[in-house]
Amino acid sequence: MPVSSRTRGVAAVAILVAAVTVLPLLVVLPAAVSAGPEHAAEYLFRPRIGELLTHTGMLVAVTVPATVVVGTLAAWLVERTALPWAGVWRTLLLAPLAVPAFVSAYAWVTVAPGLTGFAGAALITTLAYFPFVFLPVAALLRTLDPGDEEVARSLGHSSAAAVVRTVLPRLRPALSGGALLVALHLLAEYGVLEMMRFQTFTTAIMQQYAVGFSDTSGSLLASMLLALCLLALTLELVARGRRRVARVGSGAQRRAIPVALGGWTVPALLFLTAVVSLSLAVPVTTVGRWLVRALDGTGRLDADLGQVALSTLGLAVLGALAAVAAALPGAWLLNRHRSGVTLLLERTTFLASALPGVVVGLALVTLAVRWARPIYQTVGLIVLAYTILFLPRAMVSLRAGLAAAPPELSEAARSLGLRGPATFVRVVVPLIAPSVLTGFVLVALAVGTELTATLLLAPTGTDTLAMAFWREASELDYAAAAPYAAVMIAMSVPLTMLLRRQILEER
Amino acid sequence: MNVTMKRKTRVPQNRRPLLAALLALPLGLSACAGGTAEEAFEAQPGALQIYSSQHRNVTEAWAEAFTRETGIETQVREGQDSSMGHMIVQEGKASPADVFLTENSPAMTVVERAGLLAPVDESTTAQVGDGMAPSSGLWTAIAARSTVLVYNTDQISEDELPASIMDLANPEWAGKWGAAPGGADFQAIVAGMLADQGEDETRAWLEALAENAEVYQNNIATMKAVNAGEVPVGIMYHYYWYRDQAGDTEGSANTALHYFGNQDPGAFVSLSAGGVLASSDMADAAQQFLAYVTSPEGQQVLVDSGSMEYAVGNGVASDPALPALDSLEAPPVDPFTLNSDDVVAVMTDAGVL
Repeated sequence: MPVSSRTRGVAAVAILVAAVTVLPLLVVLPAAVSAGPEHAAEYLFRPRIGELLTHTGMLVAVTVPATVVVGTLAAWLVERTALPWAGVWRTLLLAPLAVPAFVSAYAWVTVAPGLTGFAGAALITTLAYFPFVFLPVAALLRTLDPGDEEVARSLGHSSAAAVVRTVLPRLRPALSGGALLVALHLLAEYGVLEMMRFQTFTTAIMQQYAVGFSDTSGSLLASMLLALCLLALTLELVARGRRRVARVGSGAQRRAIPVALGGWTVPALLFLTAVVSLSLAVPVTTVGRWLVRALDGTGRLDADLGQVALSTLGLAVLGALAAVAAALPGAWLLNRHRSGVTLLLERTTFLASALPGVVVGLALVTLAVRWARPIYQTVGLIVLAYTILFLPRAMVSLRAGLAAAPPELSEAARSLGLRGPATFVRVVVPLIAPSVLTGFVLVALAVGTELTATLLLAPTGTDTLAMAFWREASELDYAAAAPYAAVMIAMSVPLTMLLRRQILEER
Repeated sequence: MNVTMKRKTRVPQNRRPLLAALLALPLGLSACAGGTAEEAFEAQPGALQIYSSQHRNVTEAWAEAFTRETGIETQVREGQDSSMGHMIVQEGKASPADVFLTENSPAMTVVERAGLLAPVDESTTAQVGDGMAPSSGLWTAIAARSTVLVYNTDQISEDELPASIMDLANPEWAGKWGAAPGGADFQAIVAGMLADQGEDETRAWLEALAENAEVYQNNIATMKAVNAGEVPVGIMYHYYWYRDQAGDTEGSANTALHYFGNQDPGAFVSLSAGGVLASSDMADAAQQFLAYVTSPEGQQVLVDSGSMEYAVGNGVASDPALPALDSLEAPPVDPFTLNSDDVVAVMTDAGVL
C-alpha cells in the first residue's frame, strides 16, 4: 500500500511524541555514566543491588500473574456465568481503581500492622492493580461471540479445550496489555512498597535522593529500572502474539449463554466477596473512621478543600486529554501499518513510565530550566510530565479499541463515497470512543493521585489532594488527612463508573 | 453487511450526552480557572519566594507573621528535603527561590556545595546559639531536633537500655531495634557517628543495622512499631513523640523516651536550616526574613506552632515539655561536614543504601 501524505503526517506526530517521552532519559542516562564505567560497575555489582533486583523481580513475578488470574477469573464469573447480582459485582470490581494505592497501604498498615514485607507488598499491589486486567478482559468476554466456542465443541473438543483454543487467543492482547500496565506500575511503585517496608529499585532511588543526595547513584538505579522495563516490553510483545483478533462486521452476533455455576455459586461468591472486601472495604472503612474522627475533633473541614479538589480535577483533565491525544497517533499507526518502526515508536513511549515520578520530575526541571525557561513551573510542564508518566495507560486502551476498528471498515466506508476525515469521524471515532474514554479515565485517575512530580513541577501555589494528604499523613495526622483521601476517592468513583459503561457498551 | 455497518457506526444514543459532557468539561474548567485557580497557579511577582521542605504549618506561620510585621508579601513552595535541594541545584542561578528552608541540614548542604548561597547577615547568625550555624556562615539553624531512643515501657525497663547507640550493634540486640535509615534524618546521625567513632566502628554499626534492625520508612512508623510492641526500642527524633503525647497519644501511649546524652552519637542534634539564594532578586527581603525567623518573635512563632521542635534563638525557651536543649549533651559536629561523600560511601559499603 502506498504511504499517503496523511500517514506521513501521523507518523511525524507519532515520532515527535516518542521523542518527547524519551526526554527524561537524555538526562538520566548521561548522569548514570558521568562518574565513568568503573564506578558504575562497582556500584552495580554488589550484594545490595542483587537484593534489590531479587525483590523487584519477585514482586513482578508474583503480582503480575496474580492480577491476571484474579482479573480474568472475576471477569469470567461476572460476564459469562449465571452469577447472582453480576451488575453489582461489575461495579464493585472496578471500584478499587478509585482508591489510590498509597491510601490503601495506609489503611492496611493501620488495620494489620504485622502485614509487611513481600507478602504485604504482593497482596496490596495485586488488590490495587487487578482491575487493569479485569477491565479489558471483562469488556472482551462480554461481547465475544460464543459461535467459535460452539464450533470447537462440535468438532470434538471438551468445553475447557474449546475455551483454550478459541477464547484465550482472543483474550491475549487484552491480557498482555493489562499485565504490561501492572508490570510498569510495579516498577515505578513507591508509596505502597515504602509502607510495606519492601525495598525495590524505586524505593532505593528515593533513598538515594533523600540520604545520598546523589544524582549519579539515583540515575544508575533508574537505568536498572529502564533495563527491566525493556525486558517487560519485550516479553509482552511475545505474549501478545501477532494474530489479528478483530472480526469484520458483527454478523449474527449474540450473547453467550451464561454458564450455570451450580454448586460453584457459593465458592464464586466467596471469592468475589474476598476480593472486594480486601481491595475496597478495608481502605474505605478506614478512611471513613478517620473522617468521623476529623469531624468529631474539629467539627470543620479545611476551608481550602474545594479549591484543592478543583485544581486536582483541572490537572487530571488536562493531563488525561494530553496523554490520550499523544497516544492516538502512535496507536493508530501501529494498528494500520504494523512494522518494526511503528512498533518501536509505540514501545519507546512506555520507557519513561517505569521511572518514579521524582526522576522524571527532576529531569524535566533540568531540561526546562536550560532549554525551555518560559514553560518552567507552568501548568504546561506538569501536564507534559503527566503525559510522559501515564501515556501507557492511554496507549494500551487505544490499541485495544483500534483493534476493534479494522481498516476494512474504513475502506468500506470510503468505497461507499465517504471522504477520509468523514470516515474517521463516522466510522473510526464511534468504534474507538469507548477506549478513548477508558484511556482518559485511567490517566485522570493516575494524575489525581500523583505526588512527587507534581511537587517538583507544578506552578508555585498549586495545591492538590495528593499533596495535602501527604502533608497531613506525614505529620501523623490521619484525621486531618482523611478528608483529602475521601475526596480523592469520591472524585474517582464517577470516573470508574464511566469504565463500567465501557464494558457494557463495547462492541 | 450494509445494515450491520450502519448499526456499528452509530454512537448509541445514550452515549452522546456522556461524550458531550466529557468534551465540555475542560472548557468549563478553564472557565473556572480563569476565576479563582489562576491566581494560585503561578508565582506571584513581587512576593518573596520561599522554597520550604520544613513542616508546612511552621513555614506558613512564619510567612504570615513576617508579612504582618514587614508588609512584604510571601509565597511558599512546598517540597521534600530529598528532592527540593536537587531541584534548586538544577535551577542554578535561574532559581525563582529567594529563601530556602529545610527540615534537616543536609539538603541545605547540597545547595551550599553548588555555590548557590549568599552569606547570611552576621546580625542574624548572632541571634542563634553557638554551633547553630556552619563555619561557612552560609546558612543558619532555624530549629533543631534531637535523636532519641524510644522504648516500649511494657517490654523493657529503663536500666536495661543501652548506654550508647553503638551498643545496638551487639548481638544481644539483634532483631530488637527499629530505625528508619532511608530518611534524610538518619544520615545526619551517621555523620555524627563517623566524626566521633571513626570509619571502622561506623561501618560495623551500619552492617549490624542492615543485618539486625527492623527497618521502617520514617520516624512515625518506627514510633508506632515500638508502641505496638513489634520491637522494644527504636531510633527517632524527639518531636514526633512529644507531638503525639500532646495529641491523642495513639502512637506513643506505651512508650517513653531515652536520651543518650554524654556526647554519644545517639545524642546527635540535627538542625533545620535556612539560607538565602545568591541569585535572589529580593536579597534584602530574604535576609530580613531569616532575621525574623531567628529573632525572639520568630522563634516564639515556632514554639507556639506546636511542632515541638527546639527553638534555636537566644533567649527563647522551647516548649516546657521538652528537656532543655543545652542539657542534651549532643556530640560536637560541624553541620557543614554532614552529607560528606564519606557518609554516603560508608552507608553504601555497608549495604544500607
